[in-house]
Amino acid sequence: MATIYIDDKSYEVPTGKNLLEACLTLGKDLPYFCWHPAMGSIGACRQCAVKVYKDDNDTKGKLFMSCMEQVRDGMRISIADMEAKEFRAHVIGWLMTNHPHDCAVCDEGGACHLQDMTVMTGHNYRAYRFDKRTYINQYLGPFINHEMNRCIQCYRCVRYYKDYAGGKDLDVFAAHNHLYFGRHEDGVLESEFSGNLVEVCPTGVFTDKTLKQHYTRKWDLTMAPSVCHHCSLGCNISAGERYGTLRNITNRYNGEVNGYFLCDRGRFGYEHVNHVGRIRKPLVRAQLPEATDKYTALQAAAAAFRTGSVIGIGSPRASLESNFMLKTLVGDDNFHDGVSDNEHDLVCLALKILKEGAARTPSLWEVEQADAVFILGEDLLNTAPMLALAVRQSVRKQPSLEHISKANIPVWQDAAVRELMQDEMGPLFIATLHDTKFEEIATHTYHDSPDAIARLGFAVANFIQVDFPEVPGLNEDEIQLARQIADTLMAAKKPLLISGTHCGSERVLMATANIANALVAKEKEAGIVLTLPECNSMGLAMLGGHRLESAFGAILNGYADTVIILENDLYRRANEGMVTNFLKTAKNVIVLDHLHNATTEVAQILLAAGTFAEADGTLINNEGRAQRFFQVYPTGEDLQESWRWLGELGTLLHHDRISHWHGFDDVLQAMVKEMPEFKGIDAVAPGTDFRIAGQKIPRAPHRFSGRTAMLANINVNEPKPPVDPDAPLSYTMEGYRGQPPSSIIPFFWAPGWNSSQATNKYQQEVGGHLKGGDPGLRLIKPDTSKTAPFTQTVPQKFQPLEGHLYMLQLHHIFGSEELSMHSPPIVERAPEPYVLLNEEDAIQMKLQEGQSLSFTIEGQVYQLPVKISPIIRSGTAGMPAGLPGIPYAELPAWAILNRELKWKQQPQTTY
Amino acid sequence: MFSLLRSMWLTFLHVFHKRETIQYPEQKAILPTRWRGRIVLSRDPDGGERCVACNLCAAACPVDCIALQATEDPTGRRYPEFFRINFSRCIFCGFCEDACPTYAIQLIPDFEMGEYNRQNLVYEKKDLLINGQGKYHGYNYYKVAGLAIGGKGKGEAENEAPPVDIRSLIP
Ligand code: SF4
Ligand code: SF4
Ligand code: SF4
Ligand code: SF4
Ligand code: FES
Repeated sequence: MATIYIDDKSYEVPTGKNLLEACLTLGKDLPYFCWHPAMGSIGACRQCAVKVYKDDNDTKGKLFMSCMEQVRDGMRISIADMEAKEFRAHVIGWLMTNHPHDCAVCDEGGACHLQDMTVMTGHNYRAYRFDKRTYINQYLGPFINHEMNRCIQCYRCVRYYKDYAGGKDLDVFAAHNHLYFGRHEDGVLESEFSGNLVEVCPTGVFTDKTLKQHYTRKWDLTMAPSVCHHCSLGCNISAGERYGTLRNITNRYNGEVNGYFLCDRGRFGYEHVNHVGRIRKPLVRAQLPEATDKYTALQAAAAAFRTGSVIGIGSPRASLESNFMLKTLVGDDNFHDGVSDNEHDLVCLALKILKEGAARTPSLWEVEQADAVFILGEDLLNTAPMLALAVRQSVRKQPSLEHISKANIPVWQDAAVRELMQDEMGPLFIATLHDTKFEEIATHTYHDSPDAIARLGFAVANFIQVDFPEVPGLNEDEIQLARQIADTLMAAKKPLLISGTHCGSERVLMATANIANALVAKEKEAGIVLTLPECNSMGLAMLGGHRLESAFGAILNGYADTVIILENDLYRRANEGMVTNFLKTAKNVIVLDHLHNATTEVAQILLAAGTFAEADGTLINNEGRAQRFFQVYPTGEDLQESWRWLGELGTLLHHDRISHWHGFDDVLQAMVKEMPEFKGIDAVAPGTDFRIAGQKIPRAPHRFSGRTAMLANINVNEPKPPVDPDAPLSYTMEGYRGQPPSSIIPFFWAPGWNSSQATNKYQQEVGGHLKGGDPGLRLIKPDTSKTAPFTQTVPQKFQPLEGHLYMLQLHHIFGSEELSMHSPPIVERAPEPYVLLNEEDAIQMKLQEGQSLSFTIEGQVYQLPVKISPIIRSGTAGMPAGLPGIPYAELPAWAILNRELKWKQQPQTTY
Repeated sequence: MFSLLRSMWLTFLHVFHKRETIQYPEQKAILPTRWRGRIVLSRDPDGGERCVACNLCAAACPVDCIALQATEDPTGRRYPEFFRINFSRCIFCGFCEDACPTYAIQLIPDFEMGEYNRQNLVYEKKDLLINGQGKYHGYNYYKVAGLAIGGKGKGEAENEAPPVDIRSLIP
């Protein structure tokens, strides 16, 4: 701690920070542009000037850029000094000389850092009377809109895009006062994290193109704290609504999880909420849609329950509460978890590893602090994008840890640090099925079949700790690589292992667990991260359900005749023939979902479930962190949360427990009482009756407009504001205006700070944790005493099979996830169906790129155009996972090549 | 006593003064142009809709009686998809006119808006948009803004230099 004097008042501030950070942490309003808490300072914009005085007698002082000055004990500075103030106003004046007269038509307006800073410095009138510089904009793809005239040359965009996120196709061009920030030519921005440019750029150069389709100012949005539903990491988001449709997703800072950023799937994949294929009211097949309402549908469902014996199928994309409610309603014995059998095993194994393994699973923020990383079988960029970004930061930071302390420069001195580091990267080893562009930062990569990856992992464990199982039959290269990895992990302070369920191999998971245990046995502070298939896979596994197979069995054997399916398209979980047979055999099929799909088509009773934006619930991410998401806007009674439907059904059936639960809090309480593993999740967010000064927390900003006109076309008499029975949040702007507890911050705003930069005001220390602690509760603790090998069985070498291909699934950030594929911009980025073949295999089969290959997996015939790669292991092949249009197959599995087609080749030309 | 008589005398003199009372509604009052009455949406000199759907009027409105939704034509020109004013709530304060950066929304000297049915006081864009510039002549926001729209490319607005050639090496 150091004492500094700001305008003759003394303050205690932490050392090692720069003055700007110190001032902002103290809550001072000091304007800035180029500095970003996640990216450090470069001193490019000259906006953050303060007066620094030499000593007590110095009255004149000198202007310094506060973002470039380290905090020193006893320092005297002034923010309010007239000269400093004037300087800052002039800087804005200069930055504004070329600024277009655009605020009225600029999507940034109302949440614009440049507007805020201009007002803050008091630069009110334009002094410059000459012509303004203009630029031609570029087409940057379906996510981002480009309006280059508004640029103030702060360099944040390229520093974020290139340095932080590793993008290649955004740069600064031209020179002096003609700087241009864009691509070398029009085209789609390639980075998976391009959406963050919207929040990183302090002006309206980069804006959200999806928001533009239904533009709404930030002050007009009804926003709620929510959690991204598009992968297992559970990044925190703010979702905004107006006139009944979801308008945008913005980052909700959580120091432990996503920090300042989101991936593009999370940011732009929200349009399923507004999709035309939404189920908006309950339907009963035997009744006319007009004659069906909530009560008749519930009666029909209750009748089916009373007459039949019922099984329930849960879902990893439904909230914990909904799954728990279904489990309670149908009984533990009749609850099935609704994922493919392979996935069931993998997720259960992952949970077991986290609970019974010795290593702890770190949060994304802790991942950034790791100093050696080994990834087994996961294509992170496509399966857990933000984890890839976190790994990138760890790899970038690692070399600096050592150098910086030697060179005596502070970590936030971004330009100096980069100069010092050049291209040096920390150790990162990646073993995957196929290459991805993420691998360019890897120290070493290894591509092979899942079994080979597992074997490499087992070998590493064996090299770390000799009494771990040995791996026979490795080749020289593999032995050397395994030894190198083992040595690197041993040399590191915080080694990190990453694996997951996406390559579909339990052996890979076990190998990872073995390495982790071996490292802990050697008293290393090792971490293990396992990614899971979906947003609530972990919650569902912790809840415990039977396999889908047994659900099929129960109906086909006549044990049960009625099935109730919760937010789950079974055609994405099992073989088409099996699912059809199952659904046909069941006498009654009751489905709760929010989008029409193949499963809802055969439902006799369809209940309209709320999406994440229309529901309250809890998700448990891959780290075991329980996080609460809140309903964004109210819905009519025909469309409600799945748990509410099931609760009402339970009440109608006089269920002994459910009929006593009235509302969300009761469900949570019951869950905590009945399942000790969920202890504490009722405190993840304040309960429904939480109030500050007797008031709820408003979802809408205080400048929310149009309240007396929005619905006036329907009826000029304004309706009573909707009441939220499940949350301490109000749907209107009425309520407590100060800062709410960290878990229920609907949006970041502070007086004078309308943009997302207001986050500063909510943090304990700028760039650190939120005041009151980052939201979420970790439910899983490792068993540090269990350092024995997790398993002794090492898999055999992979053997190709004549006439077969071992079909693996390849994941795509845009395409593999079900819900986001209802967003048109995501669909635009998704790949076409393909099958990926090894180069040599393709030559042998006389196939060329684009020709089609026909094969059969478990009776399902596929015919897909071929893509050729030198990297994927010969004898294996890859198929995109979850892509609409490709029938489901449980992968990995052996595909039988359909020969007749193989010989249908063009005649060979001889020269 | 004297002051009493004086007052009566002065009051009596009013019989000969010019009358202020007019026979409304047969006779109409002449109101200053700055009178804050019925609200209209005006057009720019080229006949285009002036309103760019920036939402500032709605935000400025103290009774929140303006609601609108922005949309764009294929050339990127932004305009309101709908624009609604609930005149049963409007207090004719004129804040919306003050806030408007385009002179689109204007209060005019017409106060005869009485209705028997309150619902009829909800005006939509078709009821608000007039075929003229209203009180403020000559201003065309899109001629000043940097945004390119149909018929006005980059560098063609007022006080704008032609677009930068980013491949040029000339200093
Ligand atoms: S970037 Fe900000 S200041 Fe510039 S036009 Fe947009 S809203 Fe206005
Ligand atoms: S585009 Fe935005 S982030 Fe990039 S330099 Fe310009 S103002 Fe800064
Ligand atoms: S990484 Fe996953 S949770 Fe985070 S924003 Fe992307 S899809 Fe959502
Ligand atoms: S302030 Fe003017 S331009 Fe903006 S929405 Fe209102 S009327 Fe339209
Ligand atoms: S923020 Fe300090 S110079 Fe830009």
